[in-house]
Amino acid sequence: MILEHAGNAEARTLAGWRKLGGYASVEKALKGMTPEQVGEEVKKAGLRGRGGAGFPAGLKWSFLDRKSDKPRYLVCNADESEPGTFKDRYLMEHLPHLLVEGMIVSSFALGAKTSYIYIRGEYMYLLRLLEKAIGEAYAAGYLGNDILGSGYSLDLHVHPGGGAYICGEETALLESLEGKRGNPRIKPPFPASQGLYGCPTVVNNVETIATVPHVLRMGGEAYAAIGVGKSTGTKLISASGHIKRPGVYEIELGKVSCEEFLLSDAFCGGPKNGRPIKAVIPGGSSVPVLPLALFLKTAKGEARMMSYESLADGGFVSGTSLGSGGFFAMDESACMVRNLWNLTRFYHHESCGQCSPCREGTGWMEKVLHRLEAGQGRLSDIDLLVDIAKKIEGNTICPLGDAAAWPVASHIRHFRHEFEYHVKYPEKVKDPRHGEREPVAMPK
Amino acid sequence: MPKVTIDGQTTEVAPGTTILAAARQIGGALVPPAMCYYSKLKGSGGKCRTCLVKVAAQSAANPNPMPKLVASCSTPVADGMVVANLTSPEVLETRKAIVEFLLINHPLDCPVCDQAGECDLQNLSYAHGLQRTRYEFERRTFEKIDIGDRIQLHMTRCIMCFRCVYTADQVAKHRVHGVLGRGDAAEIGTYIQNALDSDFIGNVIDVCPVGALTDKTARFASRVWFLKPMDAHRACTKCSGKVALWVKGNEVIRVTGRRGAYGEVEEFICNECRFDRKELGDWVVEGPRRIESTSVISANHYTDLKQLHIVTQKHLEARRLAGAGPEGSRPRGPHEGGQADPAALISG
Amino acid sequence: MPELRFSPAALAEVKRLLAHYPADRKKSALLPVLHLAQNELGPHLSVPLMDYVAGLLEITPIEVYEVASFYTMFNTRPVGRFKLEPCRTGPCALNGAEDLIAYLEKKLGIRDGETTADGLFTLKSTECLGSCGSAPVMQIGEDYHENLTFAEVDRLLENLKQRAGR
Ligand SMILES: Cc1cc2nc3c(=O)[nH]c(=O)nc-3n(C[C@H](O)[C@H](O)[C@H](O)COP(=O)(O)O)c2cc1C
Ligand code: SF4
Ligand code: SF4
Ligand code: FES
Ligand code: FES
Repeated sequence: MILEHAGNAEARTLAGWRKLGGYASVEKALKGMTPEQVGEEVKKAGLRGRGGAGFPAGLKWSFLDRKSDKPRYLVCNADESEPGTFKDRYLMEHLPHLLVEGMIVSSFALGAKTSYIYIRGEYMYLLRLLEKAIGEAYAAGYLGNDILGSGYSLDLHVHPGGGAYICGEETALLESLEGKRGNPRIKPPFPASQGLYGCPTVVNNVETIATVPHVLRMGGEAYAAIGVGKSTGTKLISASGHIKRPGVYEIELGKVSCEEFLLSDAFCGGPKNGRPIKAVIPGGSSVPVLPLALFLKTAKGEARMMSYESLADGGFVSGTSLGSGGFFAMDESACMVRNLWNLTRFYHHESCGQCSPCREGTGWMEKVLHRLEAGQGRLSDIDLLVDIAKKIEGNTICPLGDAAAWPVASHIRHFRHEFEYHVKYPEKVKDPRHGEREPVAMPK
Repeated sequence: MPKVTIDGQTTEVAPGTTILAAARQIGGALVPPAMCYYSKLKGSGGKCRTCLVKVAAQSAANPNPMPKLVASCSTPVADGMVVANLTSPEVLETRKAIVEFLLINHPLDCPVCDQAGECDLQNLSYAHGLQRTRYEFERRTFEKIDIGDRIQLHMTRCIMCFRCVYTADQVAKHRVHGVLGRGDAAEIGTYIQNALDSDFIGNVIDVCPVGALTDKTARFASRVWFLKPMDAHRACTKCSGKVALWVKGNEVIRVTGRRGAYGEVEEFICNECRFDRKELGDWVVEGPRRIESTSVISANHYTDLKQLHIVTQKHLEARRLAGAGPEGSRPRGPHEGGQADPAALISG
Repeated sequence: MPELRFSPAALAEVKRLLAHYPADRKKSALLPVLHLAQNELGPHLSVPLMDYVAGLLEITPIEVYEVASFYTMFNTRPVGRFKLEPCRTGPCALNGAEDLIAYLEKKLGIRDGETTADGLFTLKSTECLGSCGSAPVMQIGEDYHENLTFAEVDRLLENLKQRAGR
């Protein structure tokens, strides 16, 4: 659905996009619906935020403080920096007008007169592409004053980041948009009442906003009929790692099993080097890793499906999370200690440094992991790591602290034997590629 | 008026009051420690996480607990809220962890640090810390720098509370220093060599909870517990002129704001009073200043210093073996000697 | 040393950027203007350059230093003419990122984070670029180079050298 016209060069121009049915939702909403009705459809659709947390978009919109006499803002989160995630980039590159269209109807629903797309600075070429699309939309009367004679006016701008994962966190993003350091804000107050410039603000992910035109086109109820249960609609999954067919796939939520997604040629196509897959991180680096067996089947032995609920089955003990849809798989050659060290280095590097558990704890964990990885660790280091992670989790200003703690907890929970191996066989693990020659056996 | 219960004690507070403020209204041991919040600085708080508490019931309407511990300094109360601080083992456990995090990159040189005795971090670690650190890696260190001719920054000690940044913005209304870099590489600095010199900037020294910002005009370094603080005032055109004088004999060693409840100054003072009035004759002395109960200047805390000694001894030993003095190039006061023996200092 | 002033075209761009934000929120334009400054008057943000930007946006210099030092894309230290930024993060590391970085180090004779003696190349490995499906990947300036092989790296570096007239 979302990716229907991806790859079609026509879709990149306004004229072409219109030929494909584009901007119909703008006509429909602005000419025939009230903002409340648009919000109602999104609510009925059960559309959940696609940025990672899966919070229902319609509900979030309903929290927006509409009584305030301050301007309201919609900000699109195109900061996409979660390791393993590259779906928004794909969407914006192939379907820039879909995002612009989504921004117009969503801004209309929220009563925003100015909206922003905050895009990570590394995607500067996409910023230019989006600005071109926006320019076309202004020229065609979809943006600017009195859009299509509806009386509704909207300005839309793209704002670049400067290289900081933390700016994907919505309040850090707003700080950054105000020209400041990307330090997450202390909540409350929440953006719905005091967001950009202290005004009521909604922040939504690119994919969330790009889905709104589809919801309006087919109606909220019809959209909710796609997918399973509370996992309505479709979701983009960016797949990478040791698989044959990396790329961005659109799945109907709850209808594709994890096994099918990993092995079928319609999706990942199975392992690429002939070695069996050992572990999967299905929702971006922040969600818990699962060993293959638990990824394919829940602890109860049921087939696991690609949906919010099924992936979360078992909580963080035997489950994981759909997160941002940044799926990556590791085969037997991968060293889970090295993988964790690498990811922890990432969080250490990206911590904003504002609160003490994350600022100090991420660096500490990285140092302990570095020592373990190099075969210079002790057995007690493993429990030390679990303890540090536990002390960070839940005690920080923003969820980056949790995001740093969860991989540590899950890697050790499911692959403790590999950490022990690093203590027991320091000679073998000196070579970071030890797994290619001699995979560490899973305990029975 | 919302009613809130903290560690079993109930009080009524104005709507919008934070848990910490409500606790301070009750007073006593149940008040959570606060390392970054400063009631006189807008936007402060939320960062150090030492004030985390458990909300056992969110309100009368919603008696469910909050899923995570919350920063009491920045969480407003609701009517019927039930909060656990000292009565929650989870809170105490977590606070211990926070102290450990704060100490990871903090030098363990309290026995020879010139802030010793009035350092909030030192007090906090006595009350809530572990006996021994589990951190075995090299600590982050910085060169000591002068930011202007009257204030010294010893970044190695900084705990990133941001108070000095808010002070420069809100009290001095002119800021040339700030937070540079990010993560655990973030530091307080001016970026280029620059002097902090606006009229009220000296207050950064008073708000700093550790010894990261210090007064270079203090006559000579001296352990604070050898000094007698006196309330004093003078007619000043810029500030209230109400200060604390730290005297030894007839000498004014240094001038600070009057640190009162919870380590906060009662009023901010101007640079002239702080830096330029070092004669007893400049001042009308009101009398000895009551010493805060949280301060290690009060006698019963001398013994606690021994606890810290356990932690620091190894560290100091290592430094001594490495041929370094306990504290690099810091000028020493008469009581400290060259190669200070921490044990001697503590008992002395 | 070139004069620290934007070209008329860049000044027009600053004006366009400022129009994106409320009139009393000039600071909002800081990130886009820093990108512009780095592109046009860089490749690094010297103190005078940051002070110039502060003046344009009517904010204090420390506000610019704080921001520039927070974000990794801004070079607060001198860098080479071309900044090579291979991704080093987890998903890429599974597919040759570490080999790519090692190859670049060897080929350029420098370590990650360093600049070649001729001032042409700075090698700075970076975190996830949002291109994990086409690992290994390297960003140079605004361009993404994906699914890299050593032979392609050789070609790329050759092209850059030619562009620099060496
Ligand atoms: C450290 C961190 C990084 C994040 N990065 C992103 C991101 O790159 N893109 C995104 O859409 N959401 C990101 N989020 C989630 C946002 O805070 C926010 O929940 C989201 O943009 C809301 O949009 P949605 O409801 O449409 O998903 C991040 C959150 C955290 C804590
Ligand atoms: S959790 Fe980490 S990233 Fe989030 S505010 Fe705290 S230090 Fe910054
Ligand atoms: S220098 Fe002192 S006041 Fe400033 S941030 Fe550091 S600890 Fe806080
Ligand atoms: S005092 Fe509350 S977080 Fe620091
Ligand atoms: S991990 Fe390298 S681009 Fe994502």
